[in-house]
Amino acid sequence: MAAAAAEEASRQLAGLSDVSISEDIPVEGDISVPVGSSKADDEFSTLDEPVKETILRDLRAVGKKFIHVLYPKRSSALLRDWDLWGPLLLCVTLALLLQGGAADSDDQGGPQFAEVFVIIWFGSIIITLNSKLLGGNISFFQSLCVLGYCILPLTVAMVVCRIVLMGGSGTVSFAVRLVVVTASFGWSTFASTAFLADSQPPNRKALVVYPVFLFYFVIGWIILTFSTSK
Amino acid sequence: LRVEPKMSAGSRNTNTEPWGGFEDNIVQAGGAAVIDMENMDDTSGSSFEDMGEIHQRMKEEEEVAAEAAATEDDGAEDGEFLGMKGLKGQLGRQVADEVWQAGKRQASKAFNLYANIDILRPYFDVEPVQVRSRLIESMIPVRMINFPQKVAGELYGPLMLVFTLVAILLHGMKTSGTVIREGTLMGTAIGTCFGYWLGVSSFIYFLAYLVNAQITMLQMMSLLGYGLFGHCVVLLVTYNIHFHFLFYILWLLLGGLSTLRMVAVLLSRTVGQTPRLLLCGTLALLHMLFLLYLHFTYHKIVEGLLDTLEGPNMAPIQRVPRDVPEVILNATARSLGAMLRSH
Repeated sequence: MAAAAAEEASRQLAGLSDVSISEDIPVEGDISVPVGSSKADDEFSTLDEPVKETILRDLRAVGKKFIHVLYPKRSSALLRDWDLWGPLLLCVTLALLLQGGAADSDDQGGPQFAEVFVIIWFGSIIITLNSKLLGGNISFFQSLCVLGYCILPLTVAMVVCRIVLMGGSGTVSFAVRLVVVTASFGWSTFASTAFLADSQPPNRKALVVYPVFLFYFVIGWIILTFSTSK
Repeated sequence: LRVEPKMSAGSRNTNTEPWGGFEDNIVQAGGAAVIDMENMDDTSGSSFEDMGEIHQRMKEEEEVAAEAAATEDDGAEDGEFLGMKGLKGQLGRQVADEVWQAGKRQASKAFNLYANIDILRPYFDVEPVQVRSRLIESMIPVRMINFPQKVAGELYGPLMLVFTLVAILLHGMKTSGTVIREGTLMGTAIGTCFGYWLGVSSFIYFLAYLVNAQITMLQMMSLLGYGLFGHCVVLLVTYNIHFHFLFYILWLLLGGLSTLRMVAVLLSRTVGQTPRLLLCGTLALLHMLFLLYLHFTYHKIVEGLLDTLEGPNMAPIQRVPRDVPEVILNATARSLGAMLRSH
């Protein structure tokens, strides 16, 4: 009985071997472990690089986007890899610079840090929602990123204003500030429109640009009316 | 034993399907009818709005049907044991379930940003030319009160006008040096403008509902929002040019025109003398007073006026303590001064 079973098993095996390896179809293939993959992994992995390098790379990316804003030539770099570091940096800088004005000391309702912060973020969120509602095909964070980066000229104007105010506040200083703020306001609006306008249906650009204009106008006006304590 | 619930669930599903389908049809037809009523006199692309809303509704109904089918499986078995009483309980539970599901759907919808955007998108379906013409029309009252006037159900213009008003108010507050103890200028400005827009439009809508005027909430919001155009212009001019005379002229002219326009629209959509008087009187009063309030609360000259009014009372009191130390400190100087003065 055992012999019969063994025989049957061997027959089955033979059958199997017959099925699995047929002689007219040669087994072909190229079995190789991809060697390059580990190398590519190393390139993409940022786990073991120094922290300094990581931060510097991010800062470099932010700086590159600043240049894009200062020289808006309809490039899609600002839209493609968006980040919110730059906007945060600019927003905090602007709010800190606006802090400690004359109005602050006697509680006259000067631009508080939180107020500036809220205006910038909620303003950009509302503009973004508006552009979405009007049928724009831009993602939420892309739009936030563009609007945030385009505050850069206004932040620069704020720095200039503080320097001018150090010299004294008179008609001349006001005129200088007016010119600087107006120029940077125009710049901000122009740059953000250059980035955002392409994502909108062509007949509705004006409707999208208007809130952007209002947003930067309010920020520019806050900067212009800022005065240091004496 | 395990198969049975499945079977019953299956049979139940087949039983409920025609019902579900029927209900769907009814609700959809009803929805469409309601929308048609609402948009019957709508100048904006009503076909698009209808399609959007119907589509939304259909989706929701599908969800409801699916959820109902899912929940029904659980309640199917024990209802059979309880007989007639159980059937009643089941019905009640089903209704409660429906309400619960509807509530849940509403809540999740509120959190779902993109769903909200899709719902709101039809109201933002405008062209720049349309917005411009509506802004101009908001200052032109139409004398046609026998036939309901058209009101565009659109929210882009009103929203932008409210934001513009917020910016203008901020400007006025800053230049007038308004002090707000609790809260920020920005918050106050936004609260005032949005509060007025939403509050008054819902109040007028409520009144209109009471007196049976034919206007929807959307139309009311659009009407009042475009009515703020006059306010924006008047305030922008008068915050910068400080003539009271000019303000009163502009208040009567621009504010009056935009109020008249809204009143005319409401008149044409209301029947009867008393309802008309009530509705239009309230709206006109609120709208004109709001402009007065905005102007005089956040205006430079009023602050100056208050200072001068308080001036005569305050001046002597302030002057005395400033002079006293000097007087006490050197009496000799005083006597010298007296001598000099006498000379």
